[in-house]
Amino acid sequence: MNPKKSFIHPYIPNSVPEVKEMMLREVGVKDADELYEDIPEELRMKRELRLPRPLLSELELKRHVERILAKNTSCEELVSFLGGGCAQHYVPALCDEISHRAEFLTAYAGEPYEDAGRFQALFEYESLMAEILDFDVVNVPTYDWGQAASTSIRMAGRITKRPKVLVADTLSPDRLAVIRNYCQPVLEIELVGHEPETGLLRLDDLRSRLMPDVAAVYFENPSYLGFIETQGQDIADLAHANGSLSVVGVDPISLGVLKPPSQYGADIACGDIQGLGNHMYFGGALGGFIATRDEEKFVMEYPSRLFGIARTAAQGEWGFGDVAYSRTSFDGREKGKEFVGTAAALYGISAAVYLSLMGPQGMRDLGRHILQKSRYAAKRLAEISGVELRFESSFFKEFVLDFSKTGKSVAEINRSLLAHGIFGGKDLTREFAELRNCALYCVTEMVTQSDIDRLVAALKECLKAGGGER
Amino acid sequence: MKIPKDSRLRNFHQAKWDEEVIFELSNKGERGILVPEAEPEIQAVVGDGMTSLPPNMVRAAPPALPEIAQMRVLKHFLRLSQENLGADLNIDVGQGTCTVKYNPKINEVLASSKKASALHPCQDESTVQGALQIMYELDCFFREISGLDRFTLQCSSGSHAILTMTSIVRKHHEMRGEGGRRDEIITTIFSHPSDAAAAAVKGYKIVTIYHQPDGLPDIEALKKAVSNRTAGLFITNPEDTGIYNPRIAEFTRIVHQAGGLCGYDQANANGILGITRAREAGFDMCFFNLHKTFGTPHGCGGPASAALGVTSELVEYLPVPLVEYDGTRYSLNYDLPKSIGKVRSFYGAFPVILKAYAWIMSLGGRGLKEVAQVAVLNNNYLLKKITAIKGAASPFKTGKHRIEQVRYSWEDLYKETGITTHQIACRMADFGFHLWSSHHPFIVPQPFSVEPTESYSKAELDEYLDGLRHVAEEARKEPETVKNAPHRSVVHTIDESTFDNPKKWAVTWRTYLKKHGRPPK
Repeated sequence: MNPKKSFIHPYIPNSVPEVKEMMLREVGVKDADELYEDIPEELRMKRELRLPRPLLSELELKRHVERILAKNTSCEELVSFLGGGCAQHYVPALCDEISHRAEFLTAYAGEPYEDAGRFQALFEYESLMAEILDFDVVNVPTYDWGQAASTSIRMAGRITKRPKVLVADTLSPDRLAVIRNYCQPVLEIELVGHEPETGLLRLDDLRSRLMPDVAAVYFENPSYLGFIETQGQDIADLAHANGSLSVVGVDPISLGVLKPPSQYGADIACGDIQGLGNHMYFGGALGGFIATRDEEKFVMEYPSRLFGIARTAAQGEWGFGDVAYSRTSFDGREKGKEFVGTAAALYGISAAVYLSLMGPQGMRDLGRHILQKSRYAAKRLAEISGVELRFESSFFKEFVLDFSKTGKSVAEINRSLLAHGIFGGKDLTREFAELRNCALYCVTEMVTQSDIDRLVAALKECLKAGGGER
Repeated sequence: MKIPKDSRLRNFHQAKWDEEVIFELSNKGERGILVPEAEPEIQAVVGDGMTSLPPNMVRAAPPALPEIAQMRVLKHFLRLSQENLGADLNIDVGQGTCTVKYNPKINEVLASSKKASALHPCQDESTVQGALQIMYELDCFFREISGLDRFTLQCSSGSHAILTMTSIVRKHHEMRGEGGRRDEIITTIFSHPSDAAAAAVKGYKIVTIYHQPDGLPDIEALKKAVSNRTAGLFITNPEDTGIYNPRIAEFTRIVHQAGGLCGYDQANANGILGITRAREAGFDMCFFNLHKTFGTPHGCGGPASAALGVTSELVEYLPVPLVEYDGTRYSLNYDLPKSIGKVRSFYGAFPVILKAYAWIMSLGGRGLKEVAQVAVLNNNYLLKKITAIKGAASPFKTGKHRIEQVRYSWEDLYKETGITTHQIACRMADFGFHLWSSHHPFIVPQPFSVEPTESYSKAELDEYLDGLRHVAEEARKEPETVKNAPHRSVVHTIDESTFDNPKKWAVTWRTYLKKHGRPPK
């Protein structure tokens, strides 16, 4: 670029030299540099930033980025059985239509007057989530499930004023790492064991760990390893008898068919809304929810925005606004509850559109569809010689396959499946010592019977081939 | 008040639909979308699937979601969108500190690619080389922009980056055997409230440095505050006042001498891109909000992302994984034994990361500097014009220039007329403008924060100024018009009395019905 040539960029209207001159004159300086008089000379950059040559025309920019993206192969091109906290579900056209609306996409923090729309949409998000969760209070989304679980646990710590939390050891290591970092050093995290055959929480282990210093028990349902925890009420009863809270993480897409945590004793439920009308985006389109009863002691511990409904000066008109704003760090700085800020509001709006479209019947149909598909896949896969279902428990959309008897590693199998155009299940070898050679398979409405049959055929073929690197 | 002929103000009226709450639209039996049925053979093999569920885990009553046909759902949310003013529609300079700028549409097009949206985070690395390349290159861009050595893109917002910086500070001192003793984080009152709040989450005691009469944080107070209990300093510069602290390198030196680390909150760095960097000011860490300075949309409050950078001494504490490049292949590196662990599932808000990458690629080094200079010029233009409005003032350091924003005050106008910033903001809405009343600290009386960025033309800035002038004048001549505003926005004065009353507040429709009964049709 010629440094002398004036630089007029489409994103910067006042980069036009004449306009700039006029404004500099108005301000009373000769040069924009004079406006930086407070920045000492020794802190000033003496050279231009060394960044790649800009792609000033939109066409060049598009070509460049598309060329990089072309190196990716997406789950729409291949068949994917990947889950574990991010899953491919169908995103209805309306979800994209609404979340791409410029009014929502480019708004930020307007008042409940000129930005009434986002307040109402997010109030409706809270309300729709409250129905599938059967809880009375839901927050404006936080970052992801990991954050939602972390905050739920911290809320429990504040409510009970106790320093320790028991966590099921079948959690995703990824999420557990988020929780550990967020809680350290305020709350101690202690793991509770599981039954080796079923994956279910070991109640005897739980009992032995439920001491007076325990604020809460946290488990997930369906669990990261796919199985359905059937002892939710027992866990809640044990926790409550100890003065502790029951905190349950849940995949909301299961709740058309599965009982929500509030109906088996949970005091706080949390989870992720990615599956509700949001694309996977390399694990980048997550959004966390936290739900509780409408009790002051719970509500006042939320760090998040809570949008409420109210009446206005005009007859019959709805207005919206912040409930109990004084809780937040916007109002109270370090005296607020944890902290609040920008998180994942737009994904909440997509989820609101999703749940409005699905309705009670849609959520039930989808739940049943996923149950059927995942069961069919599990059955067919377990028929392959050497391939076994690792847990005997019932599951929703994910299950663990054990390849120990095949003589091949999951990595090897997945490489071979990839050559067949299939992303095999997530390798658990390095995540759990007891799950070496196991993989987490996720089956949603996005795969067809023929996709599953193709997977079975490809697996058979790859297992027939000799070798093995174990 | 009549709008004078020479005014740029519009005869505006926002869309107002009086739209129902979505549950009020429910009509039993209607369907918004249908789900495919499983193939007949699947049904033959596994039945209806429900019987496989443990009986005590079957949901008895279906969720009480509304039942609405598709077009009405569309219409509902389109109407709500029309009842919202995004930056694409208004002259969004009234949300100071937040850098509401143009979010290029081409970046939305690029991010809509299935090659981005349909990627699963656990795909084989060979199939996501493009995604990893974008993350790696963006890391390299930020190294140059800040002078620091390595970035993570895992943080989901500025506040989240502060939490992550706090985690790194704690780890650093723990590794040196000082984790227990160093229990204080120092910040300044005009740094973002999250610099205090997110640090407190990790158990730190917060020491807040107040400002001197000129608005700058008091360096003598800092000298007194540091000790062997100091874990670190988290500070914004320029602060929320828009004033750059010229002694910033002294601040970092004082904290370093006391054994603390320095974290630079550059959530908003829009005025100093290519002008001055974290490295030269002595910082160990810094972060940039991609949804502010780097042109990605705010989405009504997210998705967002912050790029958090550190010096080479602290790289080993960064959250895993880091993206590596060996000259031919990009890969995810989990092999950081001293890492703080993770702060978010997977790797970060990829769509946001992709858009920020495209934004920087469109501007380059010279473009970034042009962004900063024009943003600062626009700000100082507004500063001159706003302080000329009777009743408005810019507390602290009067007469000098500011960087990218200013925290103004309507205190004089309030004293004269009794009209508050909140009321002015409501009246501004009648002309299609947003004016923000600012968050903590509540030091500047009747505050308002304006940040014009580089995105708005002089004509647009003049239009916004006409709005401020008009409403200030109205406050004197027709105070009732201002007090009862808005008149031409979406809703009228909201009865906020229930929002702090546990017996009456309603965060969901079901609790509204429980507490207030079903509204008449």
